Order: sequence, then structure tokens, then C-alpha cells
Amino acid sequence: MLPDGWLVVLKHDCPTCTLVEPVLRQLQAAGPLTVYSQDDPGFPEGLGVVDDRELETSWRLQVDTVPTLLRVEGGVEVERTVGWLRSSWEALTGVTGLGTDLPDHRPGCGSRSVEWGVEQELDRRYGDRVLTSRTVELADLEDEVEAAYARGWTDGLPVVPPTEQRVLAMLAGTTRAPSDVVAVVPPDLVPCTVEKVAINAVMAGCLPEHLPVVLAAVAAACTDSFNMHGVLATTMPTGPVVIVNGPITRAIGMNSGGNALGQGNRANATIGRALQLVVRNVGGGRPGEVDRATQGQPGKYTSCFAEAEDTSPFEPLAESRGVTGSAVTLFAGNGHWPVVDQLSRTPESLARSFTAALRGVAHPKLAIAFDALLIVSPEHGRVLREAGWDRDRLLAELDALLTVPGDELTRGAGGMAEGLPPGFEGVPVPKFRPGGLLLAHAGGTAGLFSTVVPGWVSGPGGSEPTTIAIEET
Amino acid sequence: MRTLLDPTSESAPVTRTLNPRPASLDGLTVGLLDISKARSDVLLDRIEQRLAADGVTVRRYAKPTFSKPAPIDLRHEIATQCEVVIEALAD
Repeated sequence: MLPDGWLVVLKHDCPTCTLVEPVLRQLQAAGPLTVYSQDDPGFPEGLGVVDDRELETSWRLQVDTVPTLLRVEGGVEVERTVGWLRSSWEALTGVTGLGTDLPDHRPGCGSRSVEWGVEQELDRRYGDRVLTSRTVELADLEDEVEAAYARGWTDGLPVVPPTEQRVLAMLAGTTRAPSDVVAVVPPDLVPCTVEKVAINAVMAGCLPEHLPVVLAAVAAACTDSFNMHGVLATTMPTGPVVIVNGPITRAIGMNSGGNALGQGNRANATIGRALQLVVRNVGGGRPGEVDRATQGQPGKYTSCFAEAEDTSPFEPLAESRGVTGSAVTLFAGNGHWPVVDQLSRTPESLARSFTAALRGVAHPKLAIAFDALLIVSPEHGRVLREAGWDRDRLLAELDALLTVPGDELTRGAGGMAEGLPPGFEGVPVPKFRPGGLLLAHAGGTAGLFSTVVPGWVSGPGGSEPTTIAIEET
Repeated sequence: MRTLLDPTSESAPVTRTLNPRPASLDGLTVGLLDISKARSDVLLDRIEQRLAADGVTVRRYAKPTFSKPAPIDLRHEIATQCEVVIEALAD
């Protein structure tokens, strides 16, 4: 219940609040006035200022700027104005001639109640508890980072301790309710809420603006088509590769340029890691348990990059797969290997180099059963673009170049026991199934190197590359 | 007091108790579940021959793909038709 009359929230530290001190004295003489101070109940002197240094009133009134002036009737706010604008203050109060010595207008200052970290703490302290996760109390002498290790929550690297304040701050990155179920996460097939994703995103080191991408990545990973269960459980060194398209990549500062596939960019690094932590912690997928990888590969910590769309010879990857705007595409990848070709200046020659590299996916004598992702660098992309080769053209050329007589691939051919089973003799065999070769564009502007990401078992019995839109907030 | 939020599913796995191991296979039905990896069938064919020679009733099952969990209907089918199950992997 608010006191009727005029109500002002201010702080001594704000020049606009000190500027309006004579106005407050005019109002006190004209009617009932209550002043709340966020930092100094001694200012303005003699006005009976209410101490709001704990910021509860500021939080309850959702004050984001000081000074804020309210008119209250019957205990309820009926009108408010922020900062100092004489006409607004006079209209709200019905008092004329306010602060005639002052400038007509001065913007206010930020309220202490919305400072970084403070708002989340106030939400936690005064708000209804919106989080439902079990809380884990730490002993006084327990180190927070070591506590996460001790409970098996990490991927081997330290995690950011998921405090309630940090998780509430993370949840500001989405308009979705914390209780919304994002996906059913394998291998334990656990319904995973936005809140659980947010906790793991905090641990991974994400910022709130990264959360919509993480939510989309988790949803895509847990589709039947992507088959995160198989990707996790396989003995092959497989992990989800997250390719991000659209305006959100620029808004959150993802790297699509130099070292895009490497370390050093917070968004790239933490989004991919957050997905893996969700699988580990919510899904229960841990190495040595359901994760049966023989050797694994470092991309299983994190593998996430943005496509360099501006200079690409191709339309964005997600768009080529039917999703425009911001989107994630997940690919079940087995690490990276570079394709070095510093001499090709025609697309025909470059395509042959790509072919030579792509033939080795899984094994040079295995075909159709494994997909691949080819990440074309800008300098290679320029060769394609200047010759007018788009995605369809390059895919068609590669498909033709990668089709070989089955006799070369059957078991025993070339002195290698590995190969296709009998029955392919005399038949031309393509390396990839239709749609089994993905093209993306990323990297720095110098370097005639591209990258092949060999894939896991393809198709309905394995993993299908999966693209879904990112819900932007 | 410092507190962290639990990042896990908070659900201990549902405990499923196994049937006691039978002393003999006399009169029992044994299910052979092929996980559909290459050459699982070679191993299971041999096991079936040996069990049949001992007069044991054998039923054969297969997962649609080795890479995904057995469908719940298949698991239910095995549980209702067999007293013993052997799940086989070869490669």
C-alpha cells in the first residue's frame, strides 16, 4: 500500500535529483509528498525522506530511472514521470511554476535497483521464487569450483558456479518461462526445462544473450533426426557441431572470421560447451558410461561457429535447408582436417582438391554411409564466387567427381580388407548420399585452406543434419 | 551460506530389479536380441543352435538400429514373452 499523494524515488548521487531539490520543497508545501532515497536518507534535508537503501520499494515500483515521480490515489499508482521535465511534473501534480530557475528538461540517472547484478539479487530477495531446481548448500570452507568437480558436473574444465543470481540473470536472455520444457535429453530421456539449460549455460560461461542459441541447439540435438543418443553412445569420435546463421551471430559477437573454428571467442566457445554440459548433466551422458567413444576428439568440449554470410559464394547454410533468419544447424562431426590448396585459381581445379580430401571421409573405400561438412574459407570461396559457382553447382561437380566404379571400393580391393560389401562391382558409387555433403563458409581473409568435418553414420539409422530457427527475444 | 543450483536431472535412475538367475533353462523361453550391428546375427545363430540342442525354446528379436535405444514396445514384448534374454553385440 503506497501513501496517497506524490511519491518521488531519488538518489543523492544523481545530479538531476539534486537539481530538483527546490521543486521537491515546492511540492511539499503544496500537498502530501513522500520521498524515498536509494543512497542517502539525509537528502534532501527536512523532507522526512524514507530510507530505501535496501531498494525494496524501488524494486516493487519497478523504478529504472531516478528521479521517478508518481501520483498515488487510494494506495495505487495512477501516473508516473521520470527525469526532470517541467511540463510533465506540472501536469502530473497540477502545480504550476515548478522550478522556474531550472532548465526545462534534464534526463534522469539509472536507478540503483537496476544495476548489473543488483536487479537479480532483488528479484531473488523480494520476488516469488521462480526457480525450482534443488539447491546445493556448500560448506563454508568448500571451494565453489572444486565443489562442481566433486559433484561430477564438469567436462574436465572449471565451470562458473551456478548461483541463483547468475541463473536469474541468464534467464533474462529469454522470454520463455523457466518451467518450459525445451527437449527430452538423452541418454536418460529427461524432460529439460529452460531453467536447467540456463544453469548449464551459466556453468559453461555464457552471457544471457547467448541463451536463445543454446536453447535452439539443445532442441535440435534432442530431435529424433539428429539422434543425440547415438552421437553420444557411439565408439566413434563424434560430437555435435553447431553452425549458427543469421543476424543473431552479429548481435552476440560470434566469430565467423579468423580462427572461427578455434579458441578465443566467448560466444562460440560457451554455446557449444553449454550444449555438451546439458547432455552431461541433465541427460546423464558421461564418458565411460553411455559415452563409449574409443578415442574421442577435442571438439567434444565445444564445437560452434558462425557462418561468414556476407562474403560467401553460397546462400546461408540454414537458408539452403529451408530456415531463413537466425538458426542453428547441428552436424554430427568427427573432428576437423584441413584441405591445403594454395595453387588452384579455377573452381575446376579447386573442386578436384576438395574431392581428394573428401574421399578420405571415414575411409577412402567407404561410401554413402557417412556425411561430411566442408567449410570453405574466404580465399577458396573467392575462387568459386568469381567463377559464378554457387552451392548447387559445387555440389553437383563434387558429386560427379566423387562417383567412382564400385570395383575400386569393394572389400579387398587395393589390398585393403575394409571396403563395401560384395554387390557393388560394375556399379558407379557416389561418396555421399543425396544431401549428405554440407557446405558452409567461414574463416579469416588470408589462407588458401578449407576444412573437412567428417561425419558420423548418416541417415535415419544414424544422424541427420538438423536445422531449426532460433527464437530471438 | 552459499548455495548453487543443481544442474542435473535430480532423478536417480529408476531401480529395476532383475529376475533371479534361473538354475536351469528347462521349460523357459530365451529371447535373443540382435542390436542390428554387423555380424550380431553370426553370434546369435550359434547361440540359438546350442540352446535348441538343449531343448530350450528360443525367440529372436532385433532392434531397428544399433544406434538408438530399443523401442519401448520391443522391450515390453521381450519382457512378456521370455524369462531370459541375451543381448548380443558383434562387430
